Amino acid sequence: MEHFLELVTKADNVPIMAIMFLLPFFTWLAFSQARRNDRAGTPAEAAQKDKVYVWPYLCRSEFVCAIIVMLILAVWSITIDAPLEEPSNPTQTPNPSKAPWYFLALQEMLVYFDPWIAGVVLPGFIIGGLIAIPYIDINPKGKGYYTLKERPFAIGTFCFGFFVLWIVLMIVGTFLRGPGWNLFAPWVKWDPHKVVPLTNINLTYLLGIRNDQTATFVGFIFVAGYYALGPICYLWKIKTSKFLQELGLVRYIIISFLFLTMFSLPIKMALRWGANVKYVWVTPWFNI
Amino acid sequence: MFRHGYEDTGRRYTLQILQNVWMHLHPPRLPRHALNFRFTWCMGGITFLMFLVTAVTGVLLMFYYRPTAEYAFHDVQYLEFDIPFGMLLRNMHRWSAHGMVIAVMLHMFRVFLTGSYKKPREFNWSVGVILLLVTFFLSFTGYLLPWDQLAFWAVTVGTNMARATPVLGHEGPFHPHDIVTQSNDVRFALLGGTIVGPSTLLRFYILHCVAVPLLASVLIALHFWRVRKDGGISGPL
Repeated sequence: MEHFLELVTKADNVPIMAIMFLLPFFTWLAFSQARRNDRAGTPAEAAQKDKVYVWPYLCRSEFVCAIIVMLILAVWSITIDAPLEEPSNPTQTPNPSKAPWYFLALQEMLVYFDPWIAGVVLPGFIIGGLIAIPYIDINPKGKGYYTLKERPFAIGTFCFGFFVLWIVLMIVGTFLRGPGWNLFAPWVKWDPHKVVPLTNINLTYLLGIRNDQTATFVGFIFVAGYYALGPICYLWKIKTSKFLQELGLVRYIIISFLFLTMFSLPIKMALRWGANVKYVWVTPWFNI
Repeated sequence: MFRHGYEDTGRRYTLQILQNVWMHLHPPRLPRHALNFRFTWCMGGITFLMFLVTAVTGVLLMFYYRPTAEYAFHDVQYLEFDIPFGMLLRNMHRWSAHGMVIAVMLHMFRVFLTGSYKKPREFNWSVGVILLLVTFFLSFTGYLLPWDQLAFWAVTVGTNMARATPVLGHEGPFHPHDIVTQSNDVRFALLGGTIVGPSTLLRFYILHCVAVPLLASVLIALHFWRVRKDGGISGPL
């Protein structure tokens, strides 16, 4: 436990501790306004559309806000020193070696996917997907005010990605990953000699397939079948769903692809934790 | 204000904004709900403030720092122990950089929850996503500069991903074996070598102090300009 307290109070982990308090607070602030707006039917901001002068009203708020933030920063800088360890030494690898805290969700993904997916392809999709959001979300409601009722899918998906796949993985990577990138409970001392049996096997092997070519083919069926869920839903619902007709095929394919890719991470995590699955699809060129 | 006195009129309030090169980033007037902390959380402004603090403290730090493997670590030590307020300077730079990462994530969260990326603000949201990336990259390139074990290995771990880039990384899938090797792939371009070394330090220093801040400044200007052009702060129609 002592060791965990040391980890929690490490200077570079202060931002994560700050996020653990700030994020719940701001989430509560946003969702309480959303509930209020949803209950009232009209957003509270709609009653405040009259214009006020920026000078002095906004400038005053900005000034006060800047002073408060600078005060916090000054206190933070006076009380906590930036870390400086021994001089860099390429021959001495620390265990564990961790990326900066804001990249630890990406490092955590390396447990479940090979580096080319976890380190390159998925971050690319995160950035591309974020940029695509305004172009694929055609819901005209909920523009400029907090609401949950009018855009549950958009907010639910974003919050799942942000809270679970980004913040929680970041916290796990910082506080619970020790030597060898093994999981350690907070009260357990980090033991560099901890032995973890490597019993992970491929999904196709688990299903009793021993032939490599068959395994590659079956793995392909799994991955292709997973991504086919999108088009199947489309064909099934297109006749009756007005929303899908308005959305159009191209937008739908992008949304379903990004959505399924995002959920491949928790699915892979569940497979790893539940059934020790290493790869779903093994080919001579890459493994997924 | 000091030359012609200060009349307490709407005309004066407007001129106060329009006749000031720093203030005219703002519109002269804006809807009342924009003043509401509960609505904006001030996070965009705080991000910009943190950027300014890192810029000012960063310039001051550059006076005491030489980006070579021989001097870098000792310059940081010298800064911490011998230079008046050197430690405070370094702390402010590091913590405001962390603060900027936190604020930019919360700003994005707020903009998403209020649906402020919707028409006509689509393009500005995209600029914002790139700015998020730039913020991470600024912070990451700065992480190497103290040249201690923490910096060295964090950057080694971070840049190791690049070797697995499909096609362009020497360990990535589908890379042409005879053409893409350890000494000409994307990781080599980033590091200036096959491992993190003196040329990486120089590369990251130039990226951190010149290239990325310039890019960030241009994008921030674009981001602010688009806020005005897309109708100012978002609000219910």
